[in-house]
Amino acid sequence: MSIAPAEQETRPETRSEDYLWTLNFGPQHPATHTTLRLVLKLEGERVVDADPEMGYLHSGFEKIGEHLTFNQYVTVTDRMNYISPMANNVAWHHAVETLLGIELTPRGSYIRTIIAELARISDHLLCNGAVGLDTGAFTFFLYGFYQREVIYDIFETLCGARFTNSYTRVGGVSQDFTPLVIEKIRSFLKTFPKTLDDMERLLNRNRIFVDRTKGVGLLTKEEAINRGATGPVARASGVTRDLRRDEPYLAYADLDFQVCCASAGDCYARYLVRMQEMRESLKIVEQALENLPEGPVNVGIDQRTSLPMKQQVYSTIEGTISHFELAMSNRGFDVPSEETYAAIEAPNGELGFYIVGDGDERAYRARCRPPSVLHFAMFPHLIRGHTLSDVVAVLGSLNIIAAELDR
Amino acid sequence: MALTQPVAQPGSPSLELPENVVVSRLDELANWCRKNSLWPMPFATACCGIELMATGAAKHDLARFGAEVFRFSPRQCDLMIVAGRVVMKMLPVLQRIWQQMHEPKWCISMGACASTGGVFDTYAVVQGIDRFIPVDMYVPGCPPRPEQLIQAIIDLQDKIQREGTITGREFNTRQRQLRKRALVELPLPLSIDAARNPNLQRALAGAARPQD
Amino acid sequence: MTHASDTSSNAAADAPPISPHVAAVEQACGPLEHSVYRGQQRMVVPAEKSFETLALLKDRGFDLLIDVSCVDYLEYRGATHRYGLIYLLASTTTNERLTVRAFVDDPEPTVASVVPLWQAANWLEREVWDMFGIHFTGHPDLRRLVMPEAFTAHPLRKDYPLQGRGERHNFPVITRDHS
Repeated sequence: MSIAPAEQETRPETRSEDYLWTLNFGPQHPATHTTLRLVLKLEGERVVDADPEMGYLHSGFEKIGEHLTFNQYVTVTDRMNYISPMANNVAWHHAVETLLGIELTPRGSYIRTIIAELARISDHLLCNGAVGLDTGAFTFFLYGFYQREVIYDIFETLCGARFTNSYTRVGGVSQDFTPLVIEKIRSFLKTFPKTLDDMERLLNRNRIFVDRTKGVGLLTKEEAINRGATGPVARASGVTRDLRRDEPYLAYADLDFQVCCASAGDCYARYLVRMQEMRESLKIVEQALENLPEGPVNVGIDQRTSLPMKQQVYSTIEGTISHFELAMSNRGFDVPSEETYAAIEAPNGELGFYIVGDGDERAYRARCRPPSVLHFAMFPHLIRGHTLSDVVAVLGSLNIIAAELDR
Repeated sequence: MALTQPVAQPGSPSLELPENVVVSRLDELANWCRKNSLWPMPFATACCGIELMATGAAKHDLARFGAEVFRFSPRQCDLMIVAGRVVMKMLPVLQRIWQQMHEPKWCISMGACASTGGVFDTYAVVQGIDRFIPVDMYVPGCPPRPEQLIQAIIDLQDKIQREGTITGREFNTRQRQLRKRALVELPLPLSIDAARNPNLQRALAGAARPQD
Repeated sequence: MTHASDTSSNAAADAPPISPHVAAVEQACGPLEHSVYRGQQRMVVPAEKSFETLALLKDRGFDLLIDVSCVDYLEYRGATHRYGLIYLLASTTTNERLTVRAFVDDPEPTVASVVPLWQAANWLEREVWDMFGIHFTGHPDLRRLVMPEAFTAHPLRKDYPLQGRGERHNFPVITRDHS
């Protein structure tokens, strides 16, 4: 046996890429919380590049939307961003009502405002709790989760389901507020600020947490706009865009609140923006609850859009007719052959639906504009140059919900 | 211990044992250890995962039932809780994780989506994980409440105590995982009238006979 | 094109003033169909001119790309084209919104990618390619986004059934004996 000398001489030149190693992160990993996958290229501990991959929870939401009626589809939107189902319900029916041209009653819009803000609080609690959990602050997570249980309790009293609420209907909501619900929200408003103070005291100046999040995952304002960031992620980078203020929907025009912004654009800024937004949400809920108008919660039976209350069905002829017609397959809504887009400021960013109507009470196409996709797409940009341990902090601060990401 | 005790005399009513001795079958002892130290592997994909987190969190506190040690490495776990829908792209991952777990292992299918596909009867969603991996316990609900999951874990503990064996003999029976109907291409059953029809029988026999 | 009758009736009813953005695009690309419905300004541009139109609109202040999506008009009443691409634009300074649509057809639906204008379009266009099979020329990385690479169909097309074509059952079964 002989070794050809030529082979030895033509040994390939070593390149810097030869020393990189690839790490598969997910799709089943505790810090992804759900089903995301990252293929990281590492040089030692430093992340050189990341290739995010999604689709591990793609369940065909948009295809189902073409087969369910406007009222049925709300059950599916519950399962979209399952951290804040109420916000999805509100977003979906806001879009449907934009297409159908329905004006909500004052009470209906106030109720929706309240539940959307409660959903925002519960979303931010989980998101910030998860950031804390991933950076080592387990107590913080438990504080957050305990308050989420209180909000679950309110929702359960309101509509019977603690989690997948399916609360809204076209032209209104399924249940009116009862005195018990109002009482529970009031007591939550009283107790929650104290917990929020505790949570802020736990982490805001915690050296470990600040070191792990400050200056990590920097997103400049220009990049945020160019990459389509919305919601807290954009506002932490100095984009002062909040649909609640810029395109007031529901009852936001009547309420006084501030848009929380930061300019740093790092994970710590995103954490702070979310903490501050919870305080603003509390203010909104408080005002809306104090000024909750009396009157009907759903739009009237003459508009033939929302199912009338049982009382009306059994006692008035209009109620019976309206109920009968809505229950029939081809007599329900008057759906225009048009296309509209309507969005709300969901906890995670701009959550909108592009609905194509074709006269049927099913959408011809129900496109969801998910904030998570755009936030996850910018992940390689945020993580490049940081260390492997920062991956979880950045991922947590973007609040990527796989079901909304993949739909 | 028991050996140091005097051997029971033939006339005595029973064998006396000291208080710190338990006589049992080895199987039962193993089952008792196994059932009270279930280490769940949370395969949380969707909404049910949040309820799984709630089950482990402060209010419901799974630790009371000896199954709170969530480990994310399949090598350390013996109970897989599949929480949420499993889609086409995820199923190979699920199967791989199941195969990485050591025996004895059990699987809880949590929620309607994991058990049957739930509301997602679409092109991408697997219609029940039990078509592709063995499942021991199903939890209904969309999503199930934490109490339901706790009940399922208690039931699973019961089941382990009742039918477990130290060598895992109970896993060997092929009958445990029956194939789903949709997967097995059964011929359509004939009605009695049709079966008695001589013309049809002749036709069927002709179709079955190879061409000559 | 698909909503010619609605557009005319709308224009007759309230006759909104032509938005300056629409006027600017018309100046650059020639006359085009535009309408307002529920306060939403929409316009239809030819697919081959979509890139320059969107570049022009970006210069005019629409700096935020909200969404890139598509509709398959296969079963739509009175539709003249198969696919309608939808670009939703917004401005972070003036809070205006604009919907730009472009129609493409089989057999090879193709449109220019807008990734050079907005990074946000990268994944959105990949999703449209995945779900509808529309090819974006100039896209840096046009792979499937959500479906597995081995998947062959484009599931959001109207001729693809909701329950799929059996792909979801096509996996090996692991029993207790195997594991």
